[in-house]
Amino acid sequence: MAKNLFVGYNERDTFLHRLSGSTKLIGFVSLSIIGMLTFDTRFLLGIFLFSVILFWKSKIKFSEISFILKVIIAFAIFNIILVYVFSPSYGMSIYGSQHMIFGDPNHFFNLSWEELLYLFNVMLKYTFAVPLALVFLLTTEPSEFAASLNKIGISYRISYSVEITLRYIPDVQRDYRTISLAQQARGYEISKKANLMTRAKGAIQIILPLIFTSLDRIETVSQAMSLRRFGRHNKRTWYMARRFKMADYLALFLILLIVIIGITLFKVNNGRFWNPFK
Amino acid sequence: MSNKNRSVQTVVATGIGAAIIFVLMKFIAIPTGISNTQVNVAEGFLPLLAAIYGPVAAGLAMFIGHSLNDFVTYGSPWWTWVIVDGLVGVAFGLFKRQLDIQSGKISAAKLVLFNVYQIVVNFIGWVLLAPTGDILIYHEPASKVYLQGVVTWLLNSASVAIIGTILLILYAKTRTKRGSLKKEK
Repeated sequence: MAKNLFVGYNERDTFLHRLSGSTKLIGFVSLSIIGMLTFDTRFLLGIFLFSVILFWKSKIKFSEISFILKVIIAFAIFNIILVYVFSPSYGMSIYGSQHMIFGDPNHFFNLSWEELLYLFNVMLKYTFAVPLALVFLLTTEPSEFAASLNKIGISYRISYSVEITLRYIPDVQRDYRTISLAQQARGYEISKKANLMTRAKGAIQIILPLIFTSLDRIETVSQAMSLRRFGRHNKRTWYMARRFKMADYLALFLILLIVIIGITLFKVNNGRFWNPFK
Repeated sequence: MSNKNRSVQTVVATGIGAAIIFVLMKFIAIPTGISNTQVNVAEGFLPLLAAIYGPVAAGLAMFIGHSLNDFVTYGSPWWTWVIVDGLVGVAFGLFKRQLDIQSGKISAAKLVLFNVYQIVVNFIGWVLLAPTGDILIYHEPASKVYLQGVVTWLLNSASVAIIGTILLILYAKTRTKRGSLKKEK
């Protein structure tokens, strides 16, 4: 179980692994922002395909990600159903036309082509960034990540915080397991068998020791870092930082191109939606 | 303690705080049946982090912890909620001085005041900001996101009221009370 919960970096030699972390970070953030804003189905399909191709090129094995994929698909389907149930005619009000599949536009429950297109858009928006995120997570070494954050202009203190988070998640996770087993041995029930109140009590008995040991750890680590004069200067260098190479500039150019296409489409469509019903 | 030391402590508290939030979100979340909303234990940890280390650490830790959790669970962060969660952390941190937990004395009046404050903060965050962001950015139907918002508001407030208050009281007990030492005559 422990293995499946956290997808992590895997050493391989593909062009995606060789790209610098900063390039991948800029790529992921800008593509996910433009994809978040647009409702142009063609464009969303385009970046979806693009990210699937990248994923395929990164040679990530399916077994590495099958668990997280199941969760994501379940989440997306559940959300789509919810979006539909709460407002079945929302698509028609967005596109301003009515092409019914069945039902009456005046009744609450109906289905129109507009709604289907809208739901398809939502589905794409939930999923298009997933291959990108997985590529990013599995091809970027965690210690290079902080260096990349700093390189794209985020203060090194914040970058270092992120680094500490990534470094300490396994530790906190291990502490959590140990404490949880110890408390269960003492008779606190936290499994599904118990009712909500018992589970809540059990949860508190676990998080108390977990939080108080972690507060001690914050103390220790920050003293160690002060002793090493962390935060003395306004800048710092990173052992794991990589210089931009030709491939990075090419990749950044490609990303810029995609973003420009996305922005142009806002103009062409007169807004964020692409409307084929006009 | 000098300013330099405090800034180092903020960096570390942000990092480790985010790691704790991540683990709490991933392991101890009790689902409610309405999608993407759960009884969030991590939310209950936030007031303590905010009361000890202040707005910057609490806000950033929540932001980092939440986005990492979204990252590995859903593939990409749901930015509107992540940002609102960060802002809630900042808002809790602004109450640090009033709470003054390091003094070791935490009266019932202070706790009541804090709980009123947190319920208002959560209301602004989850009922006003987050759903509005979802409508503007993600174009989701209003009825769906407002329902999610209201449920999250209730659950998060409850989590802070119960777990948060317990943690604050217990932490205050571990501090040496100010003025507890007297000069021998």
